[in-house]
Order: sequence, then structure tokens, then C-alpha cells
Amino acid sequence: MFLKNLTEKSGVSGNEKEVRDYIIYEIKDYVDDIYTDRIGNLIVFKKGKNKANKRIMVTAHMDEVGLMIKEIDSAGLLKFIPVGGIDPRVLVSKTVEVGKDKIVGVIGAKPIHLQKKNEWSKVLGIDELYIDIGAKDKEDAEKKINIGDYVSFLTKYEEIGNEMIKAKALDNRVGCSILMDLLKSHSPLDFYGVFTVMEEVGLIGAGPATFKVEPDLAIILEGTVCYEMPDLESHLTPTKVGEGPAISLADRTTVYDRKLRDKVVEIAKDSKIKWQYRKTSMGGNDSGKIHTTKSGCSTVTLSVPTRYIHSPVSVISKEDYDSTYKLLNAILPEIDKGEK
Amino acid sequence: MKLNAELLKKLVTAYGPASNEEIIRDIIINEVKNHVDEYKVDSLGNLIAHKKGNGKKIMISAHMDQIGLMVTDIDKDGFIRFGNIGGISPSISLSQKVLFENGTVGAIFSEPVDDLSKLKLENMYIDIGARNKEEAEEKVNIGDICIYYSSFIDNEHVVFTSYLDDRVGCYVAIEALKNLSKTDNDLYFVFSVQEEVGLRGAKTAAYSIDPDFGIAIDVTAHGDTPKAKRFAIGLHKGTAIKVKDNSIITHPTVRNNLVELAKKHEIKYQMEVLEFGGTDSGAIHTTKEGVPSGVISIPTRYVHSTVEMASKDDIIESVRLLKAYLEENK
Repeated sequence: MFLKNLTEKSGVSGNEKEVRDYIIYEIKDYVDDIYTDRIGNLIVFKKGKNKANKRIMVTAHMDEVGLMIKEIDSAGLLKFIPVGGIDPRVLVSKTVEVGKDKIVGVIGAKPIHLQKKNEWSKVLGIDELYIDIGAKDKEDAEKKINIGDYVSFLTKYEEIGNEMIKAKALDNRVGCSILMDLLKSHSPLDFYGVFTVMEEVGLIGAGPATFKVEPDLAIILEGTVCYEMPDLESHLTPTKVGEGPAISLADRTTVYDRKLRDKVVEIAKDSKIKWQYRKTSMGGNDSGKIHTTKSGCSTVTLSVPTRYIHSPVSVISKEDYDSTYKLLNAILPEIDKGEK
Repeated sequence: MKLNAELLKKLVTAYGPASNEEIIRDIIINEVKNHVDEYKVDSLGNLIAHKKGNGKKIMISAHMDQIGLMVTDIDKDGFIRFGNIGGISPSISLSQKVLFENGTVGAIFSEPVDDLSKLKLENMYIDIGARNKEEAEEKVNIGDICIYYSSFIDNEHVVFTSYLDDRVGCYVAIEALKNLSKTDNDLYFVFSVQEEVGLRGAKTAAYSIDPDFGIAIDVTAHGDTPKAKRFAIGLHKGTAIKVKDNSIITHPTVRNNLVELAKKHEIKYQMEVLEFGGTDSGAIHTTKEGVPSGVISIPTRYVHSTVEMASKDDIIESVRLLKAYLEENK
């Protein structure tokens, strides 16, 4: 598991280099071919014990949601835009890192003392927020910050409670970490591993990577939405922590191949690995681009249920991480069987 | 030419929601296999039937898939919750019957609601008459997709049923193929998958075929009912030649060719300028280096309801126009 290092690196969509360099450093000695394509996807080939009958691709996106600096005001405060889907309600008073030099700042807003009564009940929009890096004025800020600098949340990786992990960017460093585990292990058969870029801004990297690899079959690893309040009805609960990897039924970008999905469920049952269905059809992932590239291919998505995704801090269970890795290992040799 | 109501009935009543198209595909294979040189099923499930020739390579696309409802949860009392596969309207779904692939029939109803206009799918359920969860699970699993239970009705002028969208397009393609005179053109009849969830099947089929021209056959909306939004398409006014929708502005070469052929063969037609929607041509025309594409539409009232209605004459005119295009496009 590489989650401490992976989640404490910055990799907002379009700026994945730090994450990619770390992944390369960890896996390069364990794979048989490794290169970065023209838009930044990391593509590796891993020889396994057996030659694969099908061309299998396992993917995880490296990027995370974050912010980007759009303006520096006269007081040296930084205005910003979101990169990827960010709920403005989670931003106020969070600590962030700005730019290559990782200048620490705080997201500020008008204090409650100065807000008018009708402002209390309103959510502050992104336009009303700013990042305070402690600069004296615009000139001082400009020494450290450029327009276009990326901003990521500053959140420490910690293990909490009953075998749980708290960190930022678990969507989708958790997928990256599981794929890295698989690449470092003795794989039962040959496969391509692909770490994609810019998923959070429209599944941008997955298309070109798939165009190159031309898989017959792809497994997408994700961290997905999890929400399980006790008063929430079962059919409105997308996934639950501790119930194992969520197998996708349908989302906005893919209606998943039924035969492949049923096979994965059957393997999970036979191997006594915990699993659950992902019940919501909201959201989407790289599968949307992967299964419709060139002549098309079958896809299956396995997700670790992740609480509070797209916020500065998210939570997963180690048990779900392990179950997901186990299921991935169990399905690899099985899905290679049969016709392409 | 007469309408083969028996074939149309067979097509509209067959099960085949987006991603589960096996049954409808087998029916279509049976209809077309003796009229083509070869056929294959690609990895997403598109049926690609090829009638070889040395002329222009033309891809004809009619989608086999239909909108449906996917099971997401079964509660302890055996009530089934669902999400949509394609454009499912809550108000149209209320009190409809549904059919699962294994023949199980259920009824859609909702929790008590004060304001029907605020009805949402998440407040609705399917009742298959099971007494508890275990009984329900004997017949239905999470991930299963059901469709509206269809009944086919026709009189001397019209047919009405669920799922003319787009089984009538499949019908038009099949009938054109069966009635085709000798042609040099290289014809790929695609019965595509997953149109209703975003033109996904046509995209991969077009990539592998790499055609010179693309023609989609699909239903379009109507503007000829009481207080309907202004739209110059109506029943019994002929086949419709599309100018635009939200997925494509049809290529002038293809469009003009269709208009000229309609005039030449005295095929009744109307021009279609649709301000919403899209069809397989939207995916075909941007494939690889681009594919000049057009659409032959069948004017249809009440699309995505259980009583979609089309004119028998308009359907026949659509077959005639497609046949003429495939024979004479050089």
C-alpha cells in the first residue's frame, strides 16, 4: 500500500507529474515496459506467469480535484477557480498548497461577525472566497505565485479508528495504490497497467491511452461515492464502507457489460470475497471513454467506497482496500478465459 | 408495398434494453442472414450485416436497444427500486406494467405523493407480487433491466405500441434490405446497441466499418397534435429527411441526394428541423476523418411512451426512400 506517499503528493488534473514520478520510482523495477505518453498517461506492460489470451488493461486515474489561481488582488489575496467537481461548501477555512514551491495558504472568507443576517443562511460562492498566503500586498504575492498555479488541499495521511484511513485525494490514489500493488506482485498473467491523467475534468487521458493499448477488456479501479446515514433508505445508499469493492451497474458514462459483471460477481462469491453493487447511476469514470474507443471493449469497474470524496479529506477502510485487491487478483486469470 | 405488420409486431415486442440486446439481435439475425454475405457481432454487441459490393461503402444504422429500468435494490417486502436506462419519464412510468427478460411481469407505482409533478424515479417502485425479498430474488436480481410491457395495436392508418423507437427503424432497414434490387454499393447494415444511453454502439461500429456515407434510421418527434410545440413534422405527411438535431447537421450531399431521390420516385417526404435529440448519425459523422451522414426519420407521436404512434404510409415511404438511396447513390 502506497497511500501515505500517494495522497500527500499534489496531482490536480493536468498537473500529475509529481504523482506519476513517484509511481515510476516505485514500480519501474517490477514492470517490463514503461513509458509516459504525449498527454501524460503512464503506460506499463507487466509480464505474468502465463501469456494472456486477451489483451487486458487495468487502469486508475492519477489526478485529483483541486483549484487554480486566476487572479491576485491588490491586497495580495488569491482568487481561484475549481478544477473538477468541487462543492464550494467544503472550501472555507481549509489549508492548501499553491504552485510548484508549495506555498501554504488558507482559504478565507468574510468572518461570521461581519456577515449580515441574511448572509448566514447562504452558501458562500467560490467568487466570494480567496486564498491567503500571508502576503503583504500584490507585489509580495507575485514573487511567489503565478496566475495558473495549481492548488491542492494540504491534508495529512492518518490511520484512524477501526482500521480506517483518512487522507485527501483517495479518489483515486486508492486505485493507483491497488494497481501498484498488483504490478509489484507476481502477476498470474500478462497485462497492461495504465495510470491516466485528467479524469476529473472529463475522462481526457483514458481515450488516448486506450487508443494506443487497444484492449479486449479493461478493469477500472476507482474510489467512489459512499454515503450511509442510518436514516437513508437502502435504495438511496450508493455504497457502504466495510462491504467490499463496489461493482458498477451503470453510471452516466457506461452501462456495464452484463456477462463480465456477472462473472466478476460469481468469482467474488466463489472466493468468499466481500463485494457490493454500486447502486447509484450518478457519476462516471474512465470506462466511458475506454469502452467506446476504436471498435470498443468490455469494461468492469471495481471501486473502494470512499466517504467525502471531492473534498479536502476522505475516508476509506483498509478492509475494503484489501478486498478490492483480492478480487482484482482473483478475476484476472478468470476473465482471460473464453472468447475475446 | 404493404406494411408487414407481423414483422413490426415481432420487433417492437422483443426484449432488448440498452446493453441487453441479445434477444432482439437474434430475431434480427434470423431476418437478415439470408439477404447478406456475412454478419458479425462486435464487442459491444452491435450486429453488423454486410452485403458486399464494389461501389460506395454505406453504413446504415438503426438501433436495436430500447429504454428500460434497471433494478438497484430489493427491500425486505420484495418491492423493487430502480434507476433509468435512457430517457424514462416518471409520470409516464406510473402505473405501467413492465417485463423482465425471464418473462416476469411487474407494475410500477409510487410512494404517496402530494404533487405528481414532483414525482421522481427514486420515489417509485416495481411490484412483482412477491411476498418478501427472497421470493422476489427468485425472479429478479439487482442489475436486471426491465422494459415497458408492450401491446401492439394497429388499424388501417397507424400502429401504436411501445418501442417504435427504434424497432421501426430496424424494420425499415430490414425491409429495405429484403427488397433491394441489384446494387454495386458495399452495404453495412448495423443494428446498433446503446443508442439510448449516448450513441455508444454506432460510435464503435462506425470506427471498424470506416464508411464513405452514413445513414441513420430513427423516429422523430411530432408537431401535429393539440397545442403541440411548433414543429413541421406530422403523421401521414411522408418520411422525414433530417436537416438537423442536437447531434448533427446532416451533410448537404446526403440530404440533397435523399430529396432528389424522393422527388424522382414520387416518395412523399417532409423536411425535419429538430431542436433537440440526437441519433446514431451524430456519432457516425465525426468518426475518424469524418463521414458525410444523413438521417431518414419516421414521424412518431409520443416518443418514449407506451403508445408511440406512427403512420403505416410514412413507414412504407421510409423503406422506399432508403431502398432508392442504397441502390442509386453512386
